[in-house]
Amino acid sequence: MGDGALSVWERSSTARVVPSARPRKLAKVPFVELADGRLQGVVSSGSDIGRVYVSSIEAGTYAFACSTNNNRPCGGARGMFCNHIRALVGEAVLQYGAERVARYLKVEVDAAEPDAHSVTSVMTAARPAQGDSSAAAQVFSRFLRHLSYLELAPTTDPLPEMQWFPTTRAVAA
Amino acid sequence: MVPDDEGGGGLMRADLLTDAVDGLDEALAAVDGFDEALVGGLLRPQPGQTDGLSGLADAVAGSPLAARVAEAADKTAAGAAGEDHFVALAAARTALLGSVHDALTARVEEATGRPRTDEAAAPAPGEEYAANLHAAARSWLCDLARAGWQGIDHELVAGAAPVVSAMLPDPALRRLATLLDGFAAELAASCPGATLERFPVRRWADLWSRALLLTLPGAARTSSVAEATGRLLPLGVDLQEHATAVQAQVHAVFEPADGTTPRLVLASVSAPKPDTVVGAGLWQLLRPHMSLLAAVSEGRAMDLDAMPVTAEGDLIWDDARARAGEPADVFATARVALPTAAAFAVSPLDRHPARIAVPVLLEGYGVEEGDDGLVFEVAGCRLRVDSGRVPAAGPLTPEAVAGSGACVGLLRWDAGQFLLQPLAVERTVRKKAAAVHAGAWAGGTTDKAGVRAEKAATDAVKVLRERAGKLLRK
Repeated sequence: MGDGALSVWERSSTARVVPSARPRKLAKVPFVELADGRLQGVVSSGSDIGRVYVSSIEAGTYAFACSTNNNRPCGGARGMFCNHIRALVGEAVLQYGAERVARYLKVEVDAAEPDAHSVTSVMTAARPAQGDSSAAAQVFSRFLRHLSYLELAPTTDPLPEMQWFPTTRAVAA
Repeated sequence: MVPDDEGGGGLMRADLLTDAVDGLDEALAAVDGFDEALVGGLLRPQPGQTDGLSGLADAVAGSPLAARVAEAADKTAAGAAGEDHFVALAAARTALLGSVHDALTARVEEATGRPRTDEAAAPAPGEEYAANLHAAARSWLCDLARAGWQGIDHELVAGAAPVVSAMLPDPALRRLATLLDGFAAELAASCPGATLERFPVRRWADLWSRALLLTLPGAARTSSVAEATGRLLPLGVDLQEHATAVQAQVHAVFEPADGTTPRLVLASVSAPKPDTVVGAGLWQLLRPHMSLLAAVSEGRAMDLDAMPVTAEGDLIWDDARARAGEPADVFATARVALPTAAAFAVSPLDRHPARIAVPVLLEGYGVEEGDDGLVFEVAGCRLRVDSGRVPAAGPLTPEAVAGSGACVGLLRWDAGQFLLQPLAVERTVRKKAAAVHAGAWAGGTTDKAGVRAEKAATDAVKVLRERAGKLLRK
């Protein structure tokens, strides 16, 4: 520290640290996030409109879990990634870009341009263990918190602090 | 230098924007020193960090803050700082950047040759409101300062979530809540700090010190409110967003019905949002709450009747006090009305270089496309174009900017230089001038690409609302 001038990025008040999410269709996977050391999210049930699955993969170990919002285990996630988890990876790659997802999960992809398929293949080849679904309740409550943002009233009082968050044409790479 | 567009609303003296400003480097060096101390954290500052603390105290030694900041720097250097000490350091940093803001604003006024205002914004009354929530926010921010950016981890960052959740539903707390929410999301995405190779040093120190001052009683209160009656001529839309919030601000010239001096004003509308609402979805969230966005898309003025306006020139928009007016061309507004429009004074806390956004009209410039983006050559001076700030859901592209002959934009300043954010450009198509506006889709669009983007955004929000309806109200 203190050993030389700061770079332009370091001296910028409006440097973009987190790129915007890319638009994607939400019907199948309404919620996905890279948080708490996991790729986690909520996947709609294909058969029951009132049911959702809470799915997650841990960074580094790829330990996976999938259960319903009522904490019933997913039948497909026995010993291997179920379709919910595969869909979760696919939508995460759409929202954040494959590179950011791979980096977060600590997946080293050989391909020059990683995609959902190559990221998933690396993880399944490592034969990950089935994790416990103890985080499901927390993920689900984060999803509900996320949804609750739609219920908050807009305001026409100015928010001067938003000057630090300019929109940017650059989206997740 | 030869003025480029005599009589226009543009930049008369672009050379002033590249000339050195006296004292600027010294003030920013003191800010940088403190900011670098925050990287390592203030729990047990090392010798390199204590220099940054004393440098900040020295820089405000001639001000009324001197004694309190000197004490705060000493206590902090000794690893014995309390919350009040951190607040004093944040205040000193804010004051320094306030002086930078003032020097840069004076320079911009000289460069544009526009009338300036002398009236200072009235101080906000200091009342206790939601004291517990503010105290909780302050406590989290102080923990953050002790840990430093290198010391952040998920547990520490997660401490902001309950405060944000409790604050967001109350519109009176929206400023601090929105700031903390965006700041915490950035920190969370960067955890653990120990593995980061570099830090957004000034940015995070900005967000930290601003949030800390907003926890003080009355800091976020809007300044005294008057009423505006007359004609509002839009210049363009500035869009701001982080993962869970969006704000659109319409810059405009207000012509009072009583014939007094036209003023530069700003109308804002903002909303919290899920991170998957992006692009055209942002306009859809905001559109129903400010009819001005539709007027912008239709190229119309609006007639205001007793619209509340703050001492800073912020219209507190109310659809009931506005109705659609005559068609108004942005470039005509910029050429005729903008040169005589006076800006409002900025409230003390809001004086920061990041807040500078001065509408200007540029004509007769050269365009250079370099590695670091577009540069306008204005009267022999280079002005970088920040086309990244143009909303993705809109027709204005970097290519359109590059091929333009006139541009209405916001003059801004970041990381040591002035920048131009385009709001609208004029291009010559088949010998006729055609305008493209960054905020053209704000009120809706019939553009083919725009309609597609609108449809995708509508579907996304529909799914979320349907899910919320099923799951949220159980």
